[in-house]
Amino acid sequence: MIDVAEVSCRIHGTEILAPATLRIPDGQITALIGPNGAGKSTLLRLIGRIAPLQSGRVSIDGLDLAGTASDRLARQMAFLGQSTALASRLRVGELVAFGRWPHCHGRPGPDDRAAVAAALAEFGLVGLAGRFMDELSGGQAQRAHLAMAAAQDTPWLLLDEPMNNLDLAHARTLMEALARRRAQGGSALVVLHDLNFAAGWADRVVAMKAGRIHAEGTPDEVLTSDILSDLYDTPIEVGRHRGRPLVLHHM
Amino acid sequence: MTPGFRHLRLALSLGLGALCLLSLSVGAYEVPAAGLLSDPMGLLVLSVSRLPRTLAAVLSGAALAVAGVVMQQIARNRFVEPSTTGTPESAALGLLAVTLLAPGAPVWVKMAVAAVSALLGTALFVALIRRLPPREVFLVPLAGLILSGVIGAVVTWIAWEADLMQLVGTWLMSGEFSGVIAGRYELLWIAAAAAALAWVAADRFAILGLGPEAATGLGLNPDAVMRLGLVVVSVVTAMVVVSVGMIPFVGLVVPNIVARLMGDNLRRTLAPTALGGGALVLGSDLVGRLVVYPFEIPAGTILGVTGAAIFLWLLWSKPRHVA
Amino acid sequence: MSPERISPDRTGLRLAVLTLLLLVAVLGWLFQGLAGNRAFILGLRLDRLQALALIGAAVAVATVLFQTVAQNRILTPSIMGFDALYVMVQTLAVAGLGITGYTTLPAGAKFLAEAALMTAMAVMLFGTLLGRGGGGANDIGRTILTGVILGILFRSAASLGARLLDPNAYAVVQAVSFANFGKPAAGLTLWAAAIVVPAIAVALWLGPRLDVLGLGRERAVSLGLGHRRLVVGVLVLVAVLVAASTALVGPVTFFGLIVAGLAQALFPGAPHRVRLCAAMLLACLMLIGGQWLFERGLGQRATLSVVIEFAGGLMFLALLLKGRLR
Repeated sequence: MIDVAEVSCRIHGTEILAPATLRIPDGQITALIGPNGAGKSTLLRLIGRIAPLQSGRVSIDGLDLAGTASDRLARQMAFLGQSTALASRLRVGELVAFGRWPHCHGRPGPDDRAAVAAALAEFGLVGLAGRFMDELSGGQAQRAHLAMAAAQDTPWLLLDEPMNNLDLAHARTLMEALARRRAQGGSALVVLHDLNFAAGWADRVVAMKAGRIHAEGTPDEVLTSDILSDLYDTPIEVGRHRGRPLVLHHM
Repeated sequence: MTPGFRHLRLALSLGLGALCLLSLSVGAYEVPAAGLLSDPMGLLVLSVSRLPRTLAAVLSGAALAVAGVVMQQIARNRFVEPSTTGTPESAALGLLAVTLLAPGAPVWVKMAVAAVSALLGTALFVALIRRLPPREVFLVPLAGLILSGVIGAVVTWIAWEADLMQLVGTWLMSGEFSGVIAGRYELLWIAAAAAALAWVAADRFAILGLGPEAATGLGLNPDAVMRLGLVVVSVVTAMVVVSVGMIPFVGLVVPNIVARLMGDNLRRTLAPTALGGGALVLGSDLVGRLVVYPFEIPAGTILGVTGAAIFLWLLWSKPRHVA
Repeated sequence: MSPERISPDRTGLRLAVLTLLLLVAVLGWLFQGLAGNRAFILGLRLDRLQALALIGAAVAVATVLFQTVAQNRILTPSIMGFDALYVMVQTLAVAGLGITGYTTLPAGAKFLAEAALMTAMAVMLFGTLLGRGGGGANDIGRTILTGVILGILFRSAASLGARLLDPNAYAVVQAVSFANFGKPAAGLTLWAAAIVVPAIAVALWLGPRLDVLGLGRERAVSLGLGHRRLVVGVLVLVAVLVAASTALVGPVTFFGLIVAGLAQALFPGAPHRVRLCAAMLLACLMLIGGQWLFERGLGQRATLSVVIEFAGGLMFLALLLKGRLR
């Protein structure tokens, strides 16, 4: 479980995130939704200790963020941010192998190699393992970064808009991969823009607006016409399809 | 390891070996290959002059190439190297200060001061480029070159006032191995040791090159790795500056060419980079010794031309990344 | 164009103030502390005054012209390696002819030949570089970096060429590689004046066309300007002006940047004729006033160039950090 208590963030005096308290259960996929500038990425970066905590506390599976070595945390959660531009010239296989650093510190054993191979296979990168990252399309590169996070083999995955550059089929593959992890007890916290992916795959939805948590609950509770219209300040209808909400915005 | 890697490494090793042999045999005194042991003069020339000179060229080239890679990972920019980040000028500033303020200080104090001031100058560069508008790839080396110029102007002014221009000249614009004899190059082993440290931490630097977010996510402290990198770059540069004078462009062209062939997985590429750097500097020194024989042209002068030309080629030949 | 355009009245006033200040500096330079053989000393000072004024005017006009062609306020001929190109041509001439051959040649003819060679090379090189049009800011960055590296290449080639051809000529190379406002090369002033003055006149005559050129290539072409021809012509002017100033004092990397930047700040949005005059006045004021201050006030001769380079370098860094690339 990720326990967020009174976490806030100010940049140059501007409040980006009002003090937020939140519990994210494990064994579930939690979607973080909301309009641009709502503070979703900020919250995710604070939980992933990418941005230093200014106030409040965060613990993940009982490990307090402030009191736990970064290396230990890297075996508890993998973070994939939005800015994945690489200055280095690496092969896909090499990049994914760096995901094993928290486990092997540069001396990979059979387990590590197996994890890399599995991650490459999971994201359909086996044939691309020997290619340089700068030769790939945007979607292929994004999959390689996802595979790197997967290779880290952590109970938690924190992903910031992981659908960037992915086509529909690969976006679906990603959600299926998250669901497979969930079946084995894994958890994920994912910033999503496409609400129907949240509707279709998430167990829990946290909606944010203007630096505050606007609503949280199951997809059925949060993905309603009222809440979403209010959240995005534009009329949104919600239908149902196969027992799950279906978000419609072309009216 | 793919065959390509092995071939490259083998070719580099053989090439460097051949250059070393050639370097040992070239000079005013004809050292006999056979019957060397019975030629005391030949042995003396070899051990006092030729071998130190060869080692000095190889060590400084290898260390500078490795320092270039480290600098590129720190700045996350392909087009920087120690001599385009104000590092040698800062080292010279420190040396100048200690020469003026404490002329009697022992050598190790001077070296330490040079290394520390090189560190400060490089840290200033890193702090500066963090404020540059993001994604401006070409502004980073440009800012570094201008920073070098500004620090260099201070150094020149102090040296001019103190009548030490000649000294500063040997530090900043020669890259000259003709004065190297036994006892005058050993500091370069420290540079080599710093480069070896970079090799030990190769994975950390490679992860740093993925960006601070990715590094933090993998449980590394990016600032600590960056500090380690700054130490490596500063020590290498300061030792080279003091021993033979700054050699430009080695740290830039060798890592770039190696990266084109093999990528940036430093654990694999650092060894070829070091070999390539050693070969490039030794080769330049040899050219400088042979081309207007019996006169000599400093290796740094030759590299100033070839290095700048290769840099321009690197700058324009590569189509920019789409992403 | 800048929204806060300067009004014509203020333009006149500011130009007048600058002229007045320059006059004070000139008089101070000529007559302050005049003792002993007055006519002789005055003659010496007059010579140096001419040289300083020529250098200032040449650098100022060259920089303003270059910035118009490059469509960029941070590029200057010196940053792009023009000075270094001249130093290379000069030293290669030394090396090629040998020191004795070089020193026995008539100074003026030599200077003109070097300037012509350098102009040809500059037009070839920078005509193509700038002719690419420069797309985004990234390309501007690459263009500047190219210029800086070209400068390093020229300087290295100069010292390499000198060492290759005549190992003893290296000292001569070093002598011309540093700026020194204290000792402008004697005997060249008249020759330099013979090309600087007409070049400036042409630049002023071109003023209105330069204003159109400053609107950018597309606009200039659609307004019927012979864009390509004008660009080449301006580059020729820039090259001869840089050759003249470099021959007189040696390379000065950032002086032009300071002068053009100040002129722009004092006369925002002014037409080229005004900016050219303002830049020339500012440059002469800084050189003559600065040299006056340094030589007689502080008792030093060689340091004005260092101060200018230092301040100019900092200014350049500040422009870079603020992202003011254009």
